[in-house]
Amino acid sequence: MAHTPPTPPTGTETAATASGAAASAAAAQGAAEVTMGAALNRALHDAVAEDPDVLVYGEDVGPLGGVFRVTDGLTSTFGEERCFDSPLAESGIVGTAIGMAMYGLRPVVEMQFDAFAYPAFEQVVSHLAKMRNRTRGAVPLPVVIRVPYGGGIGGVEHHSDSSEAYYTHTPGLRVVTPGTPADAYSMLREAIACDDPVVFLEPKRRYWSRQSVDLPVRTEPMERSVVRRPGSDVTLIAYGPMVETALEAAEQAAAEGRDVEVVDLRQLAPFDDATVAASVRRTGRAVVVHEASVFGGYGAEVAARLTEQCFHYLEAPVLRVGGLDVPYPPPKLEEHHLPGVDRILAAMDRLQWESEWVEGHG
Amino acid sequence: MRLVDRHGRRREHPSFTAPDHAVLAELHRAMVIGRRFNQQASTLARQGRLAVYPSSMGQEAAQVGGVLALSEQDWLFPSYRDSVAMVTHGVDPVKTLTLFRGDWHSGYNPHHYRCAPQCTPLATNASHAVGLTYAARRKGRDVAALVLMGDGATSEGDAHEAYNFAAVWNTPVVFLVQNNHWAISVPVHRQSIAPTLAHKAVGYGMRGYNVDGNDAAAVHSVVSHALAEARAGGGPAIVEALTYRIDPHTNSDAPQRYRDSAEVEYWAERDPLARLETLLRNEQIVDDGLLGIYERDAERVATAVRDRMAVEDKLDPDSLFTDVYAAIPPALEQQRRELAEELRQV
Repeated sequence: MAHTPPTPPTGTETAATASGAAASAAAAQGAAEVTMGAALNRALHDAVAEDPDVLVYGEDVGPLGGVFRVTDGLTSTFGEERCFDSPLAESGIVGTAIGMAMYGLRPVVEMQFDAFAYPAFEQVVSHLAKMRNRTRGAVPLPVVIRVPYGGGIGGVEHHSDSSEAYYTHTPGLRVVTPGTPADAYSMLREAIACDDPVVFLEPKRRYWSRQSVDLPVRTEPMERSVVRRPGSDVTLIAYGPMVETALEAAEQAAAEGRDVEVVDLRQLAPFDDATVAASVRRTGRAVVVHEASVFGGYGAEVAARLTEQCFHYLEAPVLRVGGLDVPYPPPKLEEHHLPGVDRILAAMDRLQWESEWVEGHG
Repeated sequence: MRLVDRHGRRREHPSFTAPDHAVLAELHRAMVIGRRFNQQASTLARQGRLAVYPSSMGQEAAQVGGVLALSEQDWLFPSYRDSVAMVTHGVDPVKTLTLFRGDWHSGYNPHHYRCAPQCTPLATNASHAVGLTYAARRKGRDVAALVLMGDGATSEGDAHEAYNFAAVWNTPVVFLVQNNHWAISVPVHRQSIAPTLAHKAVGYGMRGYNVDGNDAAAVHSVVSHALAEARAGGGPAIVEALTYRIDPHTNSDAPQRYRDSAEVEYWAERDPLARLETLLRNEQIVDDGLLGIYERDAERVATAVRDRMAVEDKLDPDSLFTDVYAAIPPALEQQRRELAEELRQV
């Protein structure tokens, strides 16, 4: 691999899992509680400190520290040369980052919100994703585009889109999204060190989620999906903001006697077929969960691949749980759009459990 | 701004002087080669050896004048109609045509020639030039960039974002706008009502120059000046070169549907090569012997292109997979094996 190999996690699963057991184990070792926002901030500080070619820019990322404070302290610590505010133009931000990467820098740029990244779409799709291929490897573009994405924070229109499928459909990009503070740190460091362009989707409603973890930490390589919670009855496949929700759903299902495995996809593209397919072959049932609207969404790809690869192991069709097929709702209605624990539990109930099967066909 | 009129006579200008004799001769030589290259490539397109060729016939002065103003370490950011500029810049003529031949999306290592891949989406490479020169400055290197764009491209949002970023960051970039009067079939007056396209610089706090784009001496002089200013920290600039696309947009265009042949004749009388040749002869800077050598140099380039294009490159389908990512991901590796299997069965 061209990117820096991450150091393997030490000890138990402190880094790689957000499950309660591991978190309390870490706490017992004296690890500090870290929010995802703080973990991302620390990753940026460490990356800028370590590599003089890394620089951070975008809208309001300088003295303000970003609207979510993820770039807090970078300008005051490292100076204007390493973290600065640029003109307010997303296509220009990504376009200049491409030029910088052509000349050996490793820019990390911030799109302030998911929907505000759309002006940069042409640069991402037509240049960022294609330059290495177009030049037969002569011009790799180690650019990281950080995008706070998804809803659940009461944002007004254009502040809550789940835009992952727009990017995952574009070969040449890596699209990653962390679900835990430890992953947020580790995956951002890995993304910055990676020679491929990375769209780094930050689940903004989880910026304040906490985990006991000692930073710096290195978790599993980002291209690998991980099992967050082992289980034997059904596989819940989630990523980004839905990892926490899926784990909650698994807890509740356990109380009802159903043993749920939760897989956190982490890197959405290119896709790690092996981990999730192995899980589904074990459990025989699968539900894919995401915030984005279901139609044409990322879950369709996962469901299709699982059907192709695990057909004879499946006890029921792979189901998708996602947002409604409506434009993202206003804050007071977003709870009806976002998939929650209940909608996930209801989907799991529809997975043709044996009793239903017998009843339905008996 | 004009230094040589269409009859090959020198014109005085209060701020700009024509380049010296050696540069004037070099400008002419490069235009002779460039025109022959345009003709050869158009012929190859008619013969089906190129999938398409966007000719810059008539625009040689703008391209050659701009490129020869660059220093050794500077970068060129061309669009698809800038093959003559690229050949002048030193890119292998056959590799210049790789894109149009359909062999690959770009035929050369950009670092080797200090030339970005030809850009097809309009104006989107302009911000790349801003970023590249920004990075070079950070690394302590004196690198300027010349971005080639057309009149239509100045309507694109990306052009304006790049102008603004370059101005705010004070990066040494010169945006050379070849106003050839037509964006495929749309005339320039439908693109902008600004007095000139160079006026667009004003809103960004940049300098803007308007120059006779068929006067290679004037283009060279103005672009050299703009590059020197930009290098010295005086900021980027827009240079609008007024020229004309004599040929159709590409070999598949039908210009009789949208423009009058009288207009083409008007501009043909303002041909960039004829006027400089007249001046060079009148001032005895070149003689028949030297002009003959230029013609032979041009013919050699055309012959080499023709001969090398006659040989079909072996294209390896496996190359589709090797440079999408730094390492081939497992799912793509699977498709690679499947394609190899398909090919074995053929």
